Amino acid sequence: MSLDISFIGILIGSIMASSVPLILAASGELITERSGVLNLGVEGMMIIGAISGFALMVLTDNLFIAIVGSMLSGIIISLIFGFLTQSLLTNHVATGLALTIFGIGLSAMLGKNYVGIPGKEFPVLFSGLKEIIPFFGPILFGHSVVLYFAFTLPFLTNYFLKKTKLGLVVRAVGDSPVSASNQGINVILIRYSCILYGGAMCGLAGAYLSLIYTPQWIENMTAGRGWIALALVVFATWSPIKVLIGALIFGGITILQLHMQAIGFRIPVQFLSALPYLMTIIVLVVISRDSRKIKLNTPTSLGRIFYKEK
Amino acid sequence: MYKNFLRYLISAFFLLGLGTSANAEFKVGFVYVGPTGDHGWTYQHHEGRNAVEAAGIKTTFVESVPEGADAERVIRQLAQSGHDLIFTTSFGYMDPTNKVAKDFPNVKFEHATGYKREHSNVSTYSARFYEGRTLLGHIAGKMTKTNTIGYIASFPIPEVIRGINAMTLAAQKVNPNIKTKIVWVFTWYDPGKEAEAAQALIDQGADIIMQHTDSTAPVQTAEKAGVWSFGQASDMQRFAPKSILTSIIDDWAPYYVERAIAARDGTWGQQDTWHGLKEGMVAMAPYNSAMGSDLVKEVEQLQKDLASGKTHSFTGPIYDQKGNMLVAEGKVADDGMLAGMSVYVKGVEGDIPK
Repeated sequence: MSLDISFIGILIGSIMASSVPLILAASGELITERSGVLNLGVEGMMIIGAISGFALMVLTDNLFIAIVGSMLSGIIISLIFGFLTQSLLTNHVATGLALTIFGIGLSAMLGKNYVGIPGKEFPVLFSGLKEIIPFFGPILFGHSVVLYFAFTLPFLTNYFLKKTKLGLVVRAVGDSPVSASNQGINVILIRYSCILYGGAMCGLAGAYLSLIYTPQWIENMTAGRGWIALALVVFATWSPIKVLIGALIFGGITILQLHMQAIGFRIPVQFLSALPYLMTIIVLVVISRDSRKIKLNTPTSLGRIFYKEK
Repeated sequence: MYKNFLRYLISAFFLLGLGTSANAEFKVGFVYVGPTGDHGWTYQHHEGRNAVEAAGIKTTFVESVPEGADAERVIRQLAQSGHDLIFTTSFGYMDPTNKVAKDFPNVKFEHATGYKREHSNVSTYSARFYEGRTLLGHIAGKMTKTNTIGYIASFPIPEVIRGINAMTLAAQKVNPNIKTKIVWVFTWYDPGKEAEAAQALIDQGADIIMQHTDSTAPVQTAEKAGVWSFGQASDMQRFAPKSILTSIIDDWAPYYVERAIAARDGTWGQQDTWHGLKEGMVAMAPYNSAMGSDLVKEVEQLQKDLASGKTHSFTGPIYDQKGNMLVAEGKVADDGMLAGMSVYVKGVEGDIPK
C-alpha cells in the first residue's frame, strides 16, 4: 500500500464524490425542516430524480435537460406532499413515508424500459489540472459541476438562513407559525416553497447517482441514502455546515473502511461496516453538544400541522 | 333497492365461483431478492421464469423481498393463494422456505443455493459457479500486470468463499505471485457501495476487478478506471465493453421449465441439484478479444475439461491459510466439502468475517 501524498489526494477526491448525494439531499431537507415541515419522503424524491434524470438523458441525449428535469420531477413529487400536508392538513410523518413508498414503486414502473442501458459520460471540469498538480489536483479538479455546486450549497444555505430576510422568515415559520402568520407572513406559501425546494435538491441528488456517480438506471439504486440524509439533518442539529461535515465523515469512513479491508487490516469487517454510522453520530453529537445552540437551530414547530383560521 | 342487492349477491356468487375455478389452475410462484431489472442475479431468475411462462404455465413473481421476516410472509402468501410450486431464489430464504413448507405439504418448494430439505416437499438447487470462477482465475492470473486481483464479496457464506478459493487456486496455477484482495460489502445489491468498493480496490493496485454482488456498478467503475473486470450472473458486456473479459452466466431456464412441468404432471420428487458447465446451468459469455487468441484457446480448452470432468476446480494438493492440508495430492474435493466450505485456501489475504 502506498501511503504517499498523491494517493491521499485521490482518496479525498473519491470521498468527496461519494458524499455529494448526501449533501444535496440533506441541505434540501434542512430548509424544508427549518420551515417546520418534516418530509420523510427524501428517499422517494431521490429515486424519482434518479429515474427522471436518466430517462431524460436517454430520450433527449442532453445532460443539461436531464439535470434540470430531475429537479423538476423532484418538485412535482414534493408538490403532492405539499398539497397533502399543507392544504389537506395530513400528518407529516405518515405522508412522508407514503411518499417514499410511492416514489420507489413509481420509479420502478417508469424505469422498466431504461434498465440495462449504459449511461453517458458526464463531463468533468479542469480534468487537465487534476493530473498535473499532485495531491490538490484530484481534490480540487476533475469533478462534475454538480459536485462543485454541492460543496458550495451548505455555505449558501447558511448565509440564506442567517443573513437574509427570507431566511429569517423561513425560520420564523418553522419556530412559530402562529406568530409568523399574525405578522402577516403567508405561512402556507413559505412552507410550500420550502417543500418544493427540498424536492428539487433531492431530485438533483438522485440524478447525481444515476447520471454521474454510477451512470445507469437500476431499481432502488438510492439504496437508503435518503434515510441517511434525513438522519444527518437531525444529528447536525439543523446546521448546514455540520451537515457538510457529517456527510464528509460518512462518505469518508465508508470509503476508508473499504480501503482498510483491501489492505488487510485485522479488524472485524462487520465493525468496519458499522463504523460510518457510528462515527458520524459520535462526531456530530460531540460538535453539537452546546444545548443553547441546538435550541437556536431546532425548528420548534417541526412536523406540527398549521392551519389558519378564517 | 332489494332487487339491486339481490343482483349484487348473485354476481358475487358468480365471481366467487370463477375465483375458485381459477385457483385450481396450476401456478408457479417466484420470490426474488432483488429487482428483476438488476441485470444480474435476479434478472437471470426472471429469465428462467419467462421460459416457464413460455412453456404455457402460469407464473407469479414477487421481487425485492428482503431476506428476513418479510420473506416468510411472502412465501406463505404465495402458498396460500393457490401456487403449486414456489421457487425461492436466494440463500437467505432457506429457513422461511422450510418453515412454510411444513404448513403446506401439498405445495412444492424449490430453494436456490441452500442445503436444508427438512420436509419432503422441499428441493434445493444451485449452480457450480465455482467452475466459472476457475476460468476467471486462469484469465486473471494471465492478464494482471500488478499481480493484484480485487474481489468484491457480499456475505461470508460457503458459496462466496468457494468462489474466492476457486478463483485464487486457478490464478496461482498460472501465476504464483498473485495476490487476492477482498472487500466485503455486506450487501447483494447497492450500486453506489459496489462502485466504491471497486474504486478502493483499484486504488490499492488491483488491475482486475471481480464481483460476487449483483449490480453492474463494479464493471462500470473498472471501465472508467481502465482496468479489467468480469461480469456476474448475466452478460454485462454492454456496460463495460472494453473492460469485461467475460461473464459467468447463470442459466436457470431449462431447470425451471423441467421442474415446473414435473410438478404439473405429478412426477416432481425431492432432490438436490447442483449443475455446472456440463449441464449448462453455468455458461460463459464470449471472451474479450483483448485476451489474445492463445489465451482464449487455452481457456476454452479448460472450459471443456471442466465440463467433461477431466479437470476439477478443487484438485489437490490444497492447503488452507495455516498450511493444513484440505485436499490431498491427486484427490478432488467432494461435494460435501465444497458445500460447507468456510476457510480460505493458502494465498488469500485476510480473515473471513465471522
